[in-house]
Amino acid sequence: MNPAVGYAAIVAVAAVSVLIGVYGLRISRTTSDFYVASRTVRPWWNASAIGGEYLSAASFLGIAGLILLTGASALWFPIGYTAGYLMLLLFVAAPLRRSGAYTIPDFTEARLESSAVRRVTSVLVVVIGWLYIVPQLQGAALTVRITTGLPSWVGSVAVAVLVAVVVAAGGMRSITFVQAFQFWLKLAALAIPVVALLMVTGAIEPELAPSAAFPADAGPGSLEVYRTISLMVALLLGTLGLPHVLVRFYTNPDGPAARRTTLIVLVLLSAFYLFPTAFGLLGRTFAPDLATPGDADALVLVLPDRLVPGIAGELLTALVIGGAFAAFLSTSSGLVVSVAGVISQDLLGGSVRGFRIAAFASTAVPLAVALATEPAGLAGSVGLVFAFTASTLCPVLLLGIWWRGLTARGAIAGMATGAVLSAAAILGSTFVAAAAPGIRPLVEQPAAWTVPIAVLVTVLVSRADRRRVPRGVDAFLARLHLPEQGGA
Amino acid sequence: MPESMLLVAAAGVVAGALAVGVVVLLRRFAVQSKELGTDAERATYQTLHLASSAAKHLRGDMSTADAARAARHLRAMLGADTLALVMSGGPAAADGDEALLPTAERLAEESVGSARPHVERRLASPSGETDAAAAPILAGGEVVGAVVAFAPRVRAGLVRATGEVADWVAAQVELGELDASRAALAELEVRALRAQISPHFIYNSLNAIASFINTDPAKARDLVLEFADFTRYSFRRAGDFTTVAEELRSIDSYLKLERARFGDRLRVTLQVAPEVLSTVIPFLSMQPLVENAVRHGLEAKEGGGRITITAQDAGAFAEITVEDDGVGIDPERLAEVLAGGPPGEHVGLRNVDARLRQVYGDEHGLVVETNVGAGTLVRMRVPKSQPGRAAASVDVATRGEPDGRLVP
Repeated sequence: MNPAVGYAAIVAVAAVSVLIGVYGLRISRTTSDFYVASRTVRPWWNASAIGGEYLSAASFLGIAGLILLTGASALWFPIGYTAGYLMLLLFVAAPLRRSGAYTIPDFTEARLESSAVRRVTSVLVVVIGWLYIVPQLQGAALTVRITTGLPSWVGSVAVAVLVAVVVAAGGMRSITFVQAFQFWLKLAALAIPVVALLMVTGAIEPELAPSAAFPADAGPGSLEVYRTISLMVALLLGTLGLPHVLVRFYTNPDGPAARRTTLIVLVLLSAFYLFPTAFGLLGRTFAPDLATPGDADALVLVLPDRLVPGIAGELLTALVIGGAFAAFLSTSSGLVVSVAGVISQDLLGGSVRGFRIAAFASTAVPLAVALATEPAGLAGSVGLVFAFTASTLCPVLLLGIWWRGLTARGAIAGMATGAVLSAAAILGSTFVAAAAPGIRPLVEQPAAWTVPIAVLVTVLVSRADRRRVPRGVDAFLARLHLPEQGGA
Repeated sequence: MPESMLLVAAAGVVAGALAVGVVVLLRRFAVQSKELGTDAERATYQTLHLASSAAKHLRGDMSTADAARAARHLRAMLGADTLALVMSGGPAAADGDEALLPTAERLAEESVGSARPHVERRLASPSGETDAAAAPILAGGEVVGAVVAFAPRVRAGLVRATGEVADWVAAQVELGELDASRAALAELEVRALRAQISPHFIYNSLNAIASFINTDPAKARDLVLEFADFTRYSFRRAGDFTTVAEELRSIDSYLKLERARFGDRLRVTLQVAPEVLSTVIPFLSMQPLVENAVRHGLEAKEGGGRITITAQDAGAFAEITVEDDGVGIDPERLAEVLAGGPPGEHVGLRNVDARLRQVYGDEHGLVVETNVGAGTLVRMRVPKSQPGRAAASVDVATRGEPDGRLVP
């Protein structure tokens, strides 16, 4: 592969992102456009922005890599990533928008009238944000290594520094439009190569016959029931608690608009996931030699150059690299903004300077973790972050919105239980798997038992603590669930 | 091996947290054992501690649960078997033997009626006979309730102590009333500070409209409608909060009216991030800033000038600025006005500043950068997250018409 293509694409996307972030869309309006200026973001724009922020390295690179490695069972990942929005649509989007709380810590504090709950939630939000940034940086490391031949750490450091500087400089002000732009860039960066590849591959003999690439006994018929259910629980419920996604809903003017936005997000994501899936299928038939755990995630980057000869192949590669970097930059900047917001508000008094310090802190920690650990499959590691989120924030969020009996102690107990159980399962999975192979699926995909336990603990402790149900609970729930005054 | 790295990292974090916890515990233990003091000192500490625990339940609107919690602390303080706290026309609760509550209510009534302490002996109770001492709670010259203590033998000491406790409860109730009236005062202050439409503006607008009636009736009609929109928004009564979007709409009406007078001398630039449009802000907190820029910045300047309004997303905050390149303000005079000096010009700025401080705290007051001849930049920072504060929308009644205007 020609390294110059890699350099050019990476530099171009980085430069465009910074420029749009800092200068872009600061179009000054004259007073005749007052009406335009005071109109809120249309659901389509907002949905594109949510998609842009949501589609991370795991979606862009990880899914194709996982399909290459494991075949049809990896298809559950795109299904889960998308269907999580259905849960958001059904249970959370509109009530949370009506609550007026801007972050999950704000929501839990207002709902449970307790600052202790706020602190616990803040810690969890920060930890989840950090855990989620790590795979983005690892994806950047992989992309840089494969496409330019530079050592891996260059990619992680470059993305981390870029994101920290842009966020700290306050350059992400027109963030909705930047993210919306990134979504369409990512979509194009996968869709165009896929179409080109499908046109080219008609003439090439596959290296593996389709029946060998997708043997019938590895198909949907031989599902591992527990693993699949657990993965779906993690992905469906984990989406509810992702800090950077929730913030986007406040750009909607009201609850109905929040719901409409979620519906469009579902459509956009469904369309998007066609393409990484197609990449994975093509890779499995045409490039089975790439199926090694370390390099499978690079499939999307390598395949166009392999199958399309000459300059066209290099252009397609450049496009894919650009899209991948858009994915790293948009997701991590969205996360850094959320995490830095929580850190600066809770620890540093909410000043502008505090936000800058927090922006650097919230990139430095995941960068250190990304450099210290080896990437172990992007889609899988993001799946574990979802499992952790589903076991910690999701029960509190759902019960907080739908159950008046929730108390502060119940919420804290539930979050702590979920955090400890899922973290222990994820960290200890190697040891447990070696010691007792029988329960290996239980610790590798813990969500199916950690989430119910966390919910149970939350409910039981709240029940035992019934006298401390917050006084304002009826008024607060009414506000969450009744339509806005005069609204549609 | 990524797992082992993660595991080492996790073990490090856990060990660090444990070590910190142990050190904190040891330190607390060392400090406590050093400061335990003599018996008398400890008794004092304990009494003060009980008093402060009870105090927070006595302030403000007392519920039965509050009364029960306060009664528990007060009983420990007096060392009585049972203690009842009876507020006249309010909650009543007994701690200890709750079956004594009806007796306590009767005693309290007598004590309230006579406004004097009252002792009764040999009362029947489920656990044998008991004595009782009741003392009235006199707050603000009025009897608001009574404290009733039950003990097997009531001695003079307990009677006196009960009286003292009742006086202390009275002081807490008075403090609670003080808190409530202070909060009410602050709210009234905010309402009073809510900006008013200036008479100048009404006069100038009507004159400007009048000048168009013969020459350009269509424009005059538009201006009258703008005027109606603007006044409807400004005179509305419901709600102390609004959204940036609604405030911008009102500023638009305001500027259209001013432009009828200024013509090309008033130029406006707008930079609004759509993310902050739904941010909740105090009602009429941006419009006075624009009005200040027009009246005190540009009106006096030959050839007019430009007003730049920006609203940006800044982390957890929305940052709103209004800038003009007009004649500027003398910083010392402005500081005087903002500090609450004689109200003259810029009273709009002072109102907005005071309300922002009242609602969001002192660190969210207006920031003004200005000098004579150098224009003025006014900046406000509002937290985006305001659970519990809903922006009242434009009156529901006018929703029937598209954009609220009356169709001729």
